[in-house]
Amino acid sequence: MVVWTDQERACIQDIFSKLNYEEAGPKALQRALIVYPWTQRYFASFGNLYNAEAIMSNPRVAAHGIVVLHGLDRAMKNMDDIKNTYAELSVLHSDKLHVDPDNFRLLADCLTIVIAGTMGTSFTADVQAAWQKFLAVVVSALRRQYH
Amino acid sequence: MSLSAKDKLAVKTFFGKVGAKAEDIGSDALARTLFVYPQTKTYFSHWADLSPGSPQVKKHGLTVMNGVLSAVELIDDLKGGLLTLSELHAFMLRVDPANFKIINHNLLVVLSLMFPEDFTAEVHVSVDKFLAQVSLALSEKYR
Repeated sequence: MVVWTDQERACIQDIFSKLNYEEAGPKALQRALIVYPWTQRYFASFGNLYNAEAIMSNPRVAAHGIVVLHGLDRAMKNMDDIKNTYAELSVLHSDKLHVDPDNFRLLADCLTIVIAGTMGTSFTADVQAAWQKFLAVVVSALRRQYH
Repeated sequence: MSLSAKDKLAVKTFFGKVGAKAEDIGSDALARTLFVYPQTKTYFSHWADLSPGSPQVKKHGLTVMNGVLSAVELIDDLKGGLLTLSELHAFMLRVDPANFKIINHNLLVVLSLMFPEDFTAEVHVSVDKFLAQVSLALSEKYR
């Protein structure tokens, strides 16, 4: 059972309240596809991913980035039971999408870096700690139904 | 995943720009390492004060960042150039190499928050590759 302190809850809610989903989601996914190009294997149907410019202007990448962030929003709204909230998503990623779970960590790291860039110095060490704990729980829940 | 000419240029250009802030970057990255990954504190049990603003964290953060900046100058031969530092980490400090990934991650976070305009995705990939190569060079003498 994940135990959240009041401070951690407040931190996570605060980050999401300041986040522009339509900006951060696309930026994080674009960054993952550029920084870890092997992640492109899951997006063969998205069209042109040949270089950084193509990835940054690809509308399907942007749209999917927003989908991902709305998924994280659901975790934030169900912080005390992310495990069950994500059960179906986990099955989806394992059985239908066949995504290597290590990719969840890569995308999570890219999102952290995008948020650090947006929040600047207000992304303090304790905010970072709470945020990374949240993402670790999310990643763990997404891995859970793999078999 | 070795460094292309494009990577080397991106790394040299970016660190040329941000190098003046070495102490701020290094000490913030080190502070975050100690705070967000508390197991790393085990290497500093001899320090009186492990909190973010402490003089020891600042001083050591600068030492680490100066190491990174000197690696930029040695980018064409990291293994050879970082040999002495590798011996230090392998035989004296005996830092588990898994920790290099941790400090690298926190360096990226700090670079992103301090230089959001310059730390583009393309710079990010080159710097990430560079830091991975530095870690490999530092691990060279371990066994």
